[in-house]
Amino acid sequence: MTTIISLTILGVLTLFLGIMKKQSWLLPVILLGLVVSMVLTLRDWNTFSSYYNGMIIVDNVSVAFSMALIFSAFLIFSLAAHYYRGVLRPLDDIYGVMIFALLGAVMMTSYGNLIMLFLGIETLSIALYVLAGSHKEAVTSNEATLKYFLLGSFLSGFLLFGIALIYGSSGSFDLGRISAFVTSCAGIYPPMFLAGLFLLIIGLAFKIAVVPFHFWAPDVYEGTPTLLTAFMATVVKTAAIIAMYRFFTHTFHGIHGVWDTTIWVMAALTILLGNLTGLYQPNLKRMLAYSSISHSGYMLLAVVAFSAMSDNALLLYTLSYSIATILAFAILILIREAHGNDYFSSLNGLAKTNPSIAFCLTIAMLSLAGIPPLAGFMAKYYLFTTALEQGLLWLVIVAIAGSAISVAYYFKPIMAMYLKESNGIKLMVETPYKVSIFFMALLVVLIGILPFLVIGLL
Amino acid sequence: MLTVILILLPLAISLILLTIREERVIRQFALAGSLAVFGVAVAAFIQYKTCSHCNLLFTADWLSTLGVSLKFGMDGISLLMVMLTTFLVPVIILSSFNHSYSRPSAFYSLIFLMEMALIGVFTSFDGLIFYIFWELALIPAWFICAVWGGKDRIRITFKFFIYTFVGSLFMLVALIYLYFLTPLPHSFDFQWLYAATLTPVEQTWIFAAFFLAFAIKIPVFPLHTWQPDTYTTAPGTGSMLLAGIMLKMGIYGMIRWMIPVCHIAVKQYAPVAIILAITGIVYASVIAIRQNDMKRLVAYSSIAHVGLIAAGVFTLTLHSLEGAVIQMVSHGINIVGLFVVIDAIEKRTNTRNISDLGGIALKAPRLAIVFMIILLGSIALPLTNGFIGEFLLLLGLFEYSVVFAAIAGLTIIFSAVYMLWMYQRTMLGRTNAITEQISDLTRIEMAALIPVVIMIFWIGLFPGMFLDVTLPDVLQIIHFTK
Repeated sequence: MTTIISLTILGVLTLFLGIMKKQSWLLPVILLGLVVSMVLTLRDWNTFSSYYNGMIIVDNVSVAFSMALIFSAFLIFSLAAHYYRGVLRPLDDIYGVMIFALLGAVMMTSYGNLIMLFLGIETLSIALYVLAGSHKEAVTSNEATLKYFLLGSFLSGFLLFGIALIYGSSGSFDLGRISAFVTSCAGIYPPMFLAGLFLLIIGLAFKIAVVPFHFWAPDVYEGTPTLLTAFMATVVKTAAIIAMYRFFTHTFHGIHGVWDTTIWVMAALTILLGNLTGLYQPNLKRMLAYSSISHSGYMLLAVVAFSAMSDNALLLYTLSYSIATILAFAILILIREAHGNDYFSSLNGLAKTNPSIAFCLTIAMLSLAGIPPLAGFMAKYYLFTTALEQGLLWLVIVAIAGSAISVAYYFKPIMAMYLKESNGIKLMVETPYKVSIFFMALLVVLIGILPFLVIGLL
Repeated sequence: MLTVILILLPLAISLILLTIREERVIRQFALAGSLAVFGVAVAAFIQYKTCSHCNLLFTADWLSTLGVSLKFGMDGISLLMVMLTTFLVPVIILSSFNHSYSRPSAFYSLIFLMEMALIGVFTSFDGLIFYIFWELALIPAWFICAVWGGKDRIRITFKFFIYTFVGSLFMLVALIYLYFLTPLPHSFDFQWLYAATLTPVEQTWIFAAFFLAFAIKIPVFPLHTWQPDTYTTAPGTGSMLLAGIMLKMGIYGMIRWMIPVCHIAVKQYAPVAIILAITGIVYASVIAIRQNDMKRLVAYSSIAHVGLIAAGVFTLTLHSLEGAVIQMVSHGINIVGLFVVIDAIEKRTNTRNISDLGGIALKAPRLAIVFMIILLGSIALPLTNGFIGEFLLLLGLFEYSVVFAAIAGLTIIFSAVYMLWMYQRTMLGRTNAITEQISDLTRIEMAALIPVVIMIFWIGLFPGMFLDVTLPDVLQIIHFTK
């Protein structure tokens, strides 16, 4: 709860700083504010409290994921100074809206009531529609925001309709009551409840960008300003997947049913289609979009494989995925600045001109591909173990086949950087930005070597 | 403790190398570092001998909730493989002094990173740690071959990477599946993996996954297609690392845990595997005879030689397994020697084509003599190292099936044909315009090759010493299959 309050205050404060024309204060205040709210969040560890008649339930899972979300946002904000340098217009609105989006995301990790879930999703989404179009002069940005808005609001309708149907059959929005209803059904669910459940799944699947509700993702990712794409691909995705995970763990407690098959199929399709389509992308940004789609498939594994281990598996996975993805986007920003585009050819010979940057991008790619001993490998390994323990052998085989395919495209940038001749353009990087990049690369390596730091948490 | 030092020392050297800028210093440091690692390995060998098979265990918690622990140690088989690795790395580094590689600090750093990963593979007593090092070895190998490689390297090394990576992923699935079959509480410890209870069907699937992973690495026909291209296009150093040490990971994996874990399936499918391996022997030998590029010829000869080792492993006889271990060492030494010689010739003449060469023995007698000795070792002439291994392997195969032994025995004849014919066409005869001015081996090259020659004779003359080290462990492995 303190997280939500502190983030709200931070968001409002950001806007006030804008009014007071203190543009140079913005980022320091935000970064400090995020650190403060992380500290406040940590204080909720092991408290297990609920607020407003169970509207918000703070438990260790929600604390851990809130931390992960705020930390991802922190990393993204640490890149903002470089990304928006030279932009003359005030930035308090963009930053403020980002913080409100983060607030929505945090609400999605700790909701105890479907109304709260919907509020969280809408807070997040409306902020995102604005952010996607925040590069007003660019046609692509406008296209992205329009696409995202039309589809997103349509799918929000699905979600709301689903919530209504669940309410209709169970008589409550409260997760605890729904859970009691599920138990009382003893395996035979009224059709209205199932219909509601599937509409809810569809609504959330859209936000996570799961096949077959992923079509918006590549275009929107491509058009959105890169820094905000990183935000979408990490914070938003993590929030949506944890929302879905929370719904299933809190209401079904591992009771299996028809929805298992649905999520199973969606996960398998997402992994295969995301990775296969990723092979054919002409540029890094679109490739990362498909990579992020395929990773949502892996995350769904944790939802199907609910067990004592799955909390940790999902946390480790989202964290390592987020850090590696933000790292990749951070370097993508540099490349787009220097070359004006992000075709793989722009990466040619980067290992010669900027060896350290090339090395960091390599780390990010290898981690996303799941190559030991990096974070991505440990995350995948832990997730697959969790899934196998629940007897999901075939899904794990599909997931591993997906990993094998994904190596082919994650190697494209590496091959371009190390094996192709350079075109002589050196990327210009200031020290603080470099520090952020190195820090993230270090984290990816550290989580891989010392996974028990994360795994032992939940 | 020595085991951990053996893993950490190369890593430390690898990191330090990145900070050095001057090429001369890098080389000296790399050579000194590799010798230091070899020194530690020798110390480990002595300690292992004196404490009578104490395994030099090191255990530390890592991921105890998931049954993974940092458990390193060495039995006789590991020890020989570590000795091979640490012995070959200085030789390989010495031979690399012939070339001036761009970005030398990265180049030598990667060699040590690879050495660390290889030692990790050979010394880990925990399944998942084994897998992590197994994959880790691939990354530096790929970089060495891809960045410093020759013509068409992007396509070829990419194929190599995908092939081996996909194979390893199958191993990962099998490994996690196996983990859940181990007694409670589950663990990746080798002893627990050995103790897993598997139904025959499960054995078959796990066997299939392991075999795929290991067979791609070795490589066994028909999964060998990445190998000749990769060896040819890789820089000399890369080919030596791949052929000399890395492919031994596959055979080591087979002996270390494919056989103990799924012995019923191994017995059941042994004929299939042996037929594949023997097909590979004949097939690769025939192709090798027709090769004009020396490096390619050696690449194909390697498929034939390791095919024999793979076939021997599947017979599950004491002779064959002992032979397989000793032959892994011999093959590593011989093929590195061959690559060093070919590299030296290429350096002088700018060609590896047999048809362009001739009469080198007249101009460079030392080179010709060393080449002859390594060649004879590779052909398995008695008193050389190749003989011991191939003899034992064939003996084991003979016990298993006379027909298989007869066909596999062709490898000796074949290898004599292609090796000696290559020798005849390159070393003997008249000199031509290209070989007219060829100079003899330099001191550095001699320094790289003399240890190789010594080892060829040492193993050939006193094999007992090496066979004794591994005997208890091989017996142990055979015991699992009973």
